Formats: sequence, structure tokens, C-alpha cells
Amino acid sequence: MSSNTDAVLYDHPGPRARIRNGVLTVLFGVVLLGLAYWIYLKFDEKGQWAAALWKPFTESSTWTDYILPGLWGTLSAAAVAMVLSLVFGIAFAVGRLSDHKWISYPAGAVVEFFRAVPLLLLIFFIFFGVPFLTLQPMSVFWALVIALTLYNGSVLAEAFRAGIRAVPRGQSEAGYAIGMRKSQVMKEILVPQAARAMLPVIVSQLVVLVKDTALGYIISYPELLQYGVNNVAANFGNVIQAAIVVAVIFIVVNSSLTALAGWLERRTRRGGRAPKGPQAPAPTGEVTAATI
Amino acid sequence: MDIFSDPAYRAGFIWIIELTAASTVGALVLGVLLAAMRVSPVPVLRGFGAAWVNVFRNTPLTLIIFFCYFGLFAVLGFAPYPDSIEWNNFWLGVIGLSVYTAAFVCEAIRSGINTVPSGQAEAARAIGMSFFQTLTIIVLPQAGRAVVAPLGSIFIALSKNSTIVGTIGVMESSNAMKELINANGDRVILIFLIFAGTFAAVLIPTGYAFGWLANRLAVKR
Repeated sequence: MSSNTDAVLYDHPGPRARIRNGVLTVLFGVVLLGLAYWIYLKFDEKGQWAAALWKPFTESSTWTDYILPGLWGTLSAAAVAMVLSLVFGIAFAVGRLSDHKWISYPAGAVVEFFRAVPLLLLIFFIFFGVPFLTLQPMSVFWALVIALTLYNGSVLAEAFRAGIRAVPRGQSEAGYAIGMRKSQVMKEILVPQAARAMLPVIVSQLVVLVKDTALGYIISYPELLQYGVNNVAANFGNVIQAAIVVAVIFIVVNSSLTALAGWLERRTRRGGRAPKGPQAPAPTGEVTAATI
Repeated sequence: MDIFSDPAYRAGFIWIIELTAASTVGALVLGVLLAAMRVSPVPVLRGFGAAWVNVFRNTPLTLIIFFCYFGLFAVLGFAPYPDSIEWNNFWLGVIGLSVYTAAFVCEAIRSGINTVPSGQAEAARAIGMSFFQTLTIIVLPQAGRAVVAPLGSIFIALSKNSTIVGTIGVMESSNAMKELINANGDRVILIFLIFAGTFAAVLIPTGYAFGWLANRLAVKR
């Protein structure tokens, strides 16, 4: 897409444009290098380049004691929450599309409510509030996973609903014509096609989920931010270095997921059986917005 | 209901409104600049925009806010408002929210630029407009109308994300709720419903309003 835009917004550079672009490149390059040098100096001033602060990351014990267990905490919470939010999402999307008002209204209310409530508020309620009701301590893992499920499940429910409504009407009509019941049409015809069409959205929601597990840090769930940054920094006094290493890990994990989403999208398009055209989800704007 | 008049409840939502307002401005300005960079003819600018988006979109906001406080402030000594601890943390939070949200604003605007038919920019070039003129006079105004709905969702998400600034000691709503829950264990559900309900009561209509606005402003082609 971007190459498309690039070609549209400016002509192939002629001699003058080439000189101007060259000047701009040099100018901005100098500004960037200056900025980098300034950051380098600031780091230097505070002694942040000291080898002792970076060295822990070359030692295997730092990885086996802190970073890998943290990564495991992050990925396991994300995986469980993803499976649960998919189930939640499908159930509530189907529920909201039900012909029975006593199902569709409550399902719609639940989805709208949990989409509008900050995840941190949910986590705090489940972790600090629910124990007052059950009189038992809440596990951090489940507090995080349940909150992630309610929030991401609601977002996915809306995605599924859009996907189900985008399946051409002829599909369900054909289902009824061969004598299928409503639930069969939904289960055998609409949901599989919707799931396929919405695959990229679903995978990018996983990126959001992986990022949101970092909120577990706030309730002391042993995830990457807790173990890889907080605990490492507590031992070695290298908060900046640890944050950079952990950020890189997050970026690698999430970029691979995004790459997977892109690959799936190309595959779906090539298959040619998923609903297309105006009914298909908007490829860029909507998706970007839904997955913050 | 006495919770509505509780000072923690009021102060919490005032912080949320202030965080959202300041970060919206920051994210919008940064995001438009980044989008302009990403479609510009200068490769260094394109690379910088792309790098920004890839780094900040894939890093958890919690980590960015954490870094703003422990890295920028505690270690590097960067204090945006040294006179007051609370406001200092507020501005550190605004920096974190803005750089994070700007990545999403940039991508939304870029996708909006893609919806503008190529004939528009071609016509602009044909009458001799420069890249800057083409972008600011012809393309961005049309792109802006196309991205009202996604931008709306981004800013709604931003207002919810501003609760995360509570981690660095701003007493916003989620912290206020935590305190109230710990002080009134017998009214846990009521407290949650009031706090969550306030968000829902403001954000659900806002979402519909953005949808309505998007329809009204959409360029009919």
C-alpha cells in the first residue's frame, strides 16, 4: 500500500528534487545523529554505559533466573487468555445476533460495558475487590487472565459480529433451503467463514493481549516486566538497560505475530473463498484502531 | 450516593480528563508529523517514521510509562515539572501516552491517506504543487475526514489507557477505586459499578458520537 501512496504524492525526482531530497536527508540525518549523540552524552554523564550494567545480559543466569521465567509468565497468561477470549468472543457475538431479545440485549450490554471499562480497573476489581466477596485470596494469574478475557473477548465479539454480518446472505439462505436449523446455519456456515475473514484482526488482537499482560506487573504477576525489568534492576541497578532488553523482546514477539497476521491475510486473500469486496473488514483503518 | 461526592472519585476522574486532554494533543501533533514523514520523498524520514511506529506499537504501554519514570526521570534526571512531584509524574505520563498513541494515530492517518483517490494528488502535482502543498492542502484534509472513526477509537482507548499512569503515582481513577475498595470492603460491587459505570457512561456515547460524526464528515465518492 505504501509504495502506492509514495508514487502518488510526489513525482519521480528530477535533478532539483534529488538535490533537495539529498539536502533534507543530510539535514535530518545530522539532527538524528545529534540527538543520538546527545542521548549518548546524557547516558555517559550518568554512567549508563558502565560495563557492569550491561554485563548481566551476557550471563546465562540472568536469562534463566529472570528473563525466561518472566517471558514464560507473559506468554502463558497471554495464551490462556487468548483461548478464553476466543470462546467468549464467539459466544457473545452469536448471542448478540440472536433473534431472542432476552439473549441479544444482555449480550450486547455485556460487550459494550467491558469494551468501555479500562483494563486496569477490571484487574483491580478482580484482584482487590473479589476477595472481599469470596473471602478467599485471588490468584494473580487468574485475576489477569479473567480481566484480559473479558476485555479482549468483548473486542473480539464485535469483530466476529462484523464478520458474521459480512457473510453474503445467500450463504445462510442456502443453508435454510437445504433444511438446516438456525443454530446449524450459524455453526456450520456463518461462524467458520467469519472466523476466516477476521483471522488478521484476531491475530492482531493477540498482539494487544501480549502487550496487556504487562499490566500484570501492577498486581505483581511474575511476567516479563516484573522479572525482566523490576527484579533484574533490583539486583544490578540497571533499570534502563533491563527496560531496553525487555522492550526488544516484546518487539520481537509482537513483530512476529504481526508478520503472522500479514501472512494469514495474504493466504486468506489467495484462497478466494472468504467473503470479499465491500463486506470484508476494512483492511487498514478499522483494524489499526481496534487493536490499540 | 456518597461515592460520587468522594474526593478520591472526583480527583481520579479529573486526572483522567487532564491526562487524556494533554495526551490527545501530543499524540495528534506527533502522529500527523510521523504520518507526513512516512509518506515523504526523503528515505531517512520514512525510515524514522517506520521505526517509531514499529518500536512503540509493539511495546507495552506499561513498560513505556515505567521507562518514563524510572529511566527518563529517576536515572537520567529528566524532570518536566520539577516543582511538584504529582505534576512531574503527570507530565512524564503524558510523554509516555503521547509517544505510544502517536504510533497508532500515524498508522490511522496513513491508512486514511490511502483512501484518497490517486487522481487528487495527481491533479495537485499537475498544477505544480509541491509535496508539502499536496499533502497539507489536498490529501490530509480528505484523509482526516476518512479517519474520524478510527481516530475516535484511538482516543477512547487513550482515555482508558491513561489509568496506567496510576502506576507512577498519579492518583487517577483506578488507584482511587483501589483505595475505596480497600477502605470499604462491604461495598465492593457498588464501588466498581460506579467507577466502571462512569467510564461506560462517557465512553459508549462518545463512541457512537464518533461514528455519527464519521458518517457526516465522510467524503461521498
